[in-house]
Amino acid sequence: MHLILFLVFAGFCLVGAINLLLQSHPINSALSLIVVMVSLAVLYLLLGAEFLAAAQVIVYAGAIMVLFTFVIMLLNASREERTLGSRAALRVGFPSVVAILAIIATVILHTQGLGVARLSDGITSTEELSAVLFTKLLLPFEVTSVLILIAILGAVALAGHDARDPQGIRERTGGK
Amino acid sequence: MNAFFSQEVPLSWYLLLSAVLFSLGVVGFLIKRNLITIFMSIELMLNGVNLSFVTFAHQWHAVKGQIFVFFVMMVAAAEAAVGLAIIIAVFRARATLAVDRIDRMKL
Repeated sequence: MHLILFLVFAGFCLVGAINLLLQSHPINSALSLIVVMVSLAVLYLLLGAEFLAAAQVIVYAGAIMVLFTFVIMLLNASREERTLGSRAALRVGFPSVVAILAIIATVILHTQGLGVARLSDGITSTEELSAVLFTKLLLPFEVTSVLILIAILGAVALAGHDARDPQGIRERTGGK
Repeated sequence: MNAFFSQEVPLSWYLLLSAVLFSLGVVGFLIKRNLITIFMSIELMLNGVNLSFVTFAHQWHAVKGQIFVFFVMMVAAAEAAVGLAIIIAVFRARATLAVDRIDRMKL
């Protein structure tokens, strides 16, 4: 059962990720990224991380991807133009990616002592997680909340109405 | 049915999947020409790394790995908010999302 679930959702993950690269319209890429994130949530559940599976669906597939699709529709993002890209990306980038993937795969396959995952392993309860999060790691948690507050202020300051340029987006995009 | 349920998956498969997702994210970062799609490739890389964290948390029965993923998610949410705001600001100034035509830092 575990094997079948893993194969199905790992397959969804890979198909979604490859589809993200192949699609030329950003909204299609965004939708395939949602597929990847939801399948990852199932994989987290298989590994016994129930809280993270819920958070993955709510935060990633929910909040972040809604933000992405919202911006894509707001900016009326059009079909991507295909260009060759930089020469550095072709000559250095892709060989490096292949090399890094090969090195990581070799290391993983040669690592001794990696266990197996079963359905009967049990899950890490949210209670267990929060006991550590709110005692030992309380300071990082509070710092994260400050970070999010700063991010909200930054987002509003960046995307908000620019007082120096009252015409704004309307003029440059031809009133779209 | 019992044998069916006792089937197990080596954790190295999860790690390999995570490495492949990360690499696909890097490839997307290199080949995509749209600002928003490049940003989505970065999210794909973050997700690949998160899967590694959860796998190792399962391997060592450690809760802290999962908590780290929680922090990564929060930072990714903050990053997405700021990044998309920057994309909106860039689009206002240039009226384009093609990275080939966004080649100056100055708005």
